[in-house]
Amino acid sequence: MVVDAQIKMLEGTTRSFGDGLPGRDAISPLSMRVFQVNVGKQCNQACRHCHVDASPARTETMSKETVDACLKALRENDGFEILDITGGAPEMNPHFRYLVEEALALGKHVIDRCNLTILEEPGFEYLYDFLTEYKVEITASLPHFSEASTDKQRGPGVFSASIKALQKLNTLGYGTEIPLNLVYNPNGFYLSSSQAQLEFEFKGRLREQYGIEFNSLYCINNMPISRFLESLVRRGKLQEYMDLLAGAYNPSTLEGLMCRHQISVGYDGGVYDCDFNQMLDLKSEQVSHISEFNTSAFLSRSIRFGNHCFGCTAGSGSSCGGEISHK
Amino acid sequence: MSNYYDSCDLKKFGNITRTNKALGDKFFSWFNDVMKPGALSEREKALIALAVSHALKCPYCIDSYSSACLEKGADEAQMNEAVHVAAAMAAGITMVHSVQMMNKVDDLSM
Repeated sequence: MVVDAQIKMLEGTTRSFGDGLPGRDAISPLSMRVFQVNVGKQCNQACRHCHVDASPARTETMSKETVDACLKALRENDGFEILDITGGAPEMNPHFRYLVEEALALGKHVIDRCNLTILEEPGFEYLYDFLTEYKVEITASLPHFSEASTDKQRGPGVFSASIKALQKLNTLGYGTEIPLNLVYNPNGFYLSSSQAQLEFEFKGRLREQYGIEFNSLYCINNMPISRFLESLVRRGKLQEYMDLLAGAYNPSTLEGLMCRHQISVGYDGGVYDCDFNQMLDLKSEQVSHISEFNTSAFLSRSIRFGNHCFGCTAGSGSSCGGEISHK
Repeated sequence: MSNYYDSCDLKKFGNITRTNKALGDKFFSWFNDVMKPGALSEREKALIALAVSHALKCPYCIDSYSSACLEKGADEAQMNEAVHVAAAMAAGITMVHSVQMMNKVDDLSM
């Protein structure tokens, strides 16, 4: 579905997200701690909820030239503390190792948003040692601790490969000496429960059944964008889901919204306020390409929003770091 | 009344305080405390609630606690087992009463 049609569809379902804001400053930029880069849409999986529409068939991937432009921005701006690499399966980008090594040399903390199964793919076995050697933080997708639920969302065999990968990561020190976090998203048209509650369930079950340890569980709501939006439309659930999101709107999440603390860069170097705006092609105001990055301009921009933003402000909130608010 | 049950009515549950706010508020306060994690987890409590919903055949509760179970991390297999427990209990309760029937038969028999 083209992005204009997606935006129009979302605008027609519920009250406007902007109408509920106490003022434009309520979502003004606060920092640029996190440099999130989406290095491509290619993935070894094709998950049913994916807002990136990533799959093995996608070919979009970040070039070396754009990777270098990202590194230049990281080098020249001390405000960036964390490089958060996502995709697709970010490890499938041919410059993934280079990006990680160079960012670490700049003193940045690096997070790899890993789907786990890529670690078990032929040709990617090196990743275990590579990620361990550089102590790259792994934030890994695992939507459920049951095989049936996970495979239903992410494809047959994903659960068993993920468990195998997590067990190997544990033996390498992940989950104890090196941060290993899991990402949960609901396996359907409902919102996530509280992060603490689900983390308790995940930790208990994964430890008991598979001997797996991890640090934190991040709970993320499904975004009504791309593949998940198509599912909502196909099942006649769009209105119901948007009512659910808008009905659960929680203004205390505004302070911690990820768009207020990060930059999001697309595979082509385009600059966005977040990965969701990136998928809706809502380019950041002031700075539209990473090669022309400028801190003061970026921090003075107006963050672009739409009704998809109800996804990040529902309930306890939702971000790449999971739940936002405990109020 | 055109329908005895309307799914939209679930959203009106809070309105039961209309004629007696003090008691209604006490009910919801107690209800919410019961559902908080304690010796049982929230997931386990949601599964019990789902089983009771089936045993007492409440469509509002089945709607609400099917969602709650999924949100709390239960999967369909666990939910199915919870309903089987409810069904087994209902059947067991019926069957165990046949002891009374047999007692009566014995009582009337020569």
